[in-house]
Amino acid sequence: MATVATETPSIPKEIDSTKPQAMAIPKEGYFELQNGRYGPVYPRTPACYGFTIIAKIKPGREDAIRAYGKTIQGAIADLPDALATLKLHYLRWVLFDIGKDTYFMYQGIFDTDFDKYTEDAVALFTKYGVNTVFENLEGFPEDWKTNVPAFVKFVREHQRPSFLEYGEYPYVTADEIKKALKLKAAFSGMLDLMQ
Amino acid sequence: MGILQQSHGILGDLIERREEPDSLELDDIQHFLMARPPALAARYEFLTFKRSAGGRAWLAGLIDKVGTAKGVGTSILDSRWVTIGLTWNGLGALGVADAILATFPEEFRQGMAARADILGLTGANQPDRWADRLSSPNLHAIAILFARDVAERERCQQEHANYLAQCDGVEVLSALDLEAIPPFDYAHEHFGYRDRLSQPVIEGTRVEPTPGSGPPIKAGEFFLGYPDEKGPAAGMPQPETLSRNGSYVAYLKMEEHVGAFRDFLRAHGETPEQQELIAAKLMGRWRSGAPLVLAPDQDDPTLGADSQRTNDFNYAKMDPHGYGCPLGAHIRRMNPRDTAVNMNRRKMIRRGGTYGPPLPEGMPDDGVERGIAAFVGCASLVRQFEFAMNVWANDPNFHELGNERDPIFGTQDGSFDMTIPKRPIRKKIKGLPAFTTIRGGAYFFLPGIRALRYLASSVGH
Repeated sequence: MATVATETPSIPKEIDSTKPQAMAIPKEGYFELQNGRYGPVYPRTPACYGFTIIAKIKPGREDAIRAYGKTIQGAIADLPDALATLKLHYLRWVLFDIGKDTYFMYQGIFDTDFDKYTEDAVALFTKYGVNTVFENLEGFPEDWKTNVPAFVKFVREHQRPSFLEYGEYPYVTADEIKKALKLKAAFSGMLDLMQ
Repeated sequence: MGILQQSHGILGDLIERREEPDSLELDDIQHFLMARPPALAARYEFLTFKRSAGGRAWLAGLIDKVGTAKGVGTSILDSRWVTIGLTWNGLGALGVADAILATFPEEFRQGMAARADILGLTGANQPDRWADRLSSPNLHAIAILFARDVAERERCQQEHANYLAQCDGVEVLSALDLEAIPPFDYAHEHFGYRDRLSQPVIEGTRVEPTPGSGPPIKAGEFFLGYPDEKGPAAGMPQPETLSRNGSYVAYLKMEEHVGAFRDFLRAHGETPEQQELIAAKLMGRWRSGAPLVLAPDQDDPTLGADSQRTNDFNYAKMDPHGYGCPLGAHIRRMNPRDTAVNMNRRKMIRRGGTYGPPLPEGMPDDGVERGIAAFVGCASLVRQFEFAMNVWANDPNFHELGNERDPIFGTQDGSFDMTIPKRPIRKKIKGLPAFTTIRGGAYFFLPGIRALRYLASSVGH
């Protein structure tokens, strides 16, 4: 029985989000092993939560993968809250070559520990067709829709943790940012009314 | 009691119409998750099989006494019902082949004790401190003996003890006696909260969900072999004879510190009304059962007892900021309703009852252990039960609260808070005491009747 800290990783109790912070992270990707339902949990950092998945693509699939850029653009234009479940800040999808092979990098920064919302993410990907991007990657499990552990295994095997993360407004969630923007807009409106 | 009367009639009807291919095999599914037998007493016996042949013989002799969903529905009420569950180690101890054992899901194979960290069962709730030998790898089976009353339970206990004496190599590791506590006209637990107000309805049972409980849920969310909310049955343990009609249950024995709870209410409320309000804010319902979303300022026992109204509310539309029901209150965590996605994949069936003598109001705590022994039934422990524990109950950052766990059921060590949203300024209670302690737990598989016969035979062993 491991005698690890009793709490799941959460924001430090006293933080100043107005001061940028950087955090160096050990090679394993975590400071202390904490297990989630599907494997080790990676800590929250000044850049919130995130992952970087790097996987070789099946030969000849580059164009198919690139086409998803437009697909997702359209999906979000039609329904801006489509990916709300994932609590995303940012997404970056990149294709690059190493020698004769082409690789896909999926980098996401979000506010929820991936382990917690794995099944919801899988459901979302199926719903909006993001799943089929993954099917162009070598080694992606064919039965991923009914075999969540296999999907998670693929993600974990292809994920590389950061060793440095920096946040200009450390730990602040997307919801807090949006709230702050709404408050700012409400205040300006209020000042106008008081003229 | 209303739902029980409903289920008698409807299950009776259902027995006749079994022409649909996905219709529930009520004579093969154990009754436990389908319906509650009218039992005011029960005994849980936790068993170990020292010899696999002995274990199989014990099982073979009990199968005809196992209650099925069909049996509970008839108008002939037997005074006894038996439910049998097995741990993964128990399946192996019965002689099930390794190749078959390997087809069971990872979390069930590991067992609850090994997953305690993931579930947030740390500190005072950790397996090292569990009683009843529940964390032992030799915990192989549970036999639940239901009885109409305590006298009947004691007769069953004696009968089972006599039977075990004849069985070679089957021993009782520990046992727990349960009985309802007064008043007996409605279900409640030792803190005084009315219980069983919100439960999922299984599609195909033709029970009508009460308003606010959502639509009936596909049987495959609770029983293996049926389509679930995502699609056809997939990834079941093999062979199908063993897994079809089976379910998983997570067992938790939770001691309730009634004295500490009552002290807390008195410390946070000067009048009985204020004390009831604090009790309500922790739970999300008044002790009468009335939900805070519908009765934010004053208790309404009539509402609490009215099944057509007591569950008819939501959060995102009716109480988004938690002025009625705090964001971290127990019922809001255990069922976030319209504030969470894929809720039809997160349903669970709860069973269980109270153990220990009631502590009369006004009496100081007498140090006698009392609490709830609960079962949470589902088709996927990792996706349903473990999700609820890890993401809802024990995540300090649930709803971005920062430093809060479930006030009743979460692992509290005096360092977590409870926010009660209020205009103009919210109330924050710092350092909630632990009102409960988890004294033990385990993962069991509840096989169908055919599967029990398979296990009792030597096939696949």
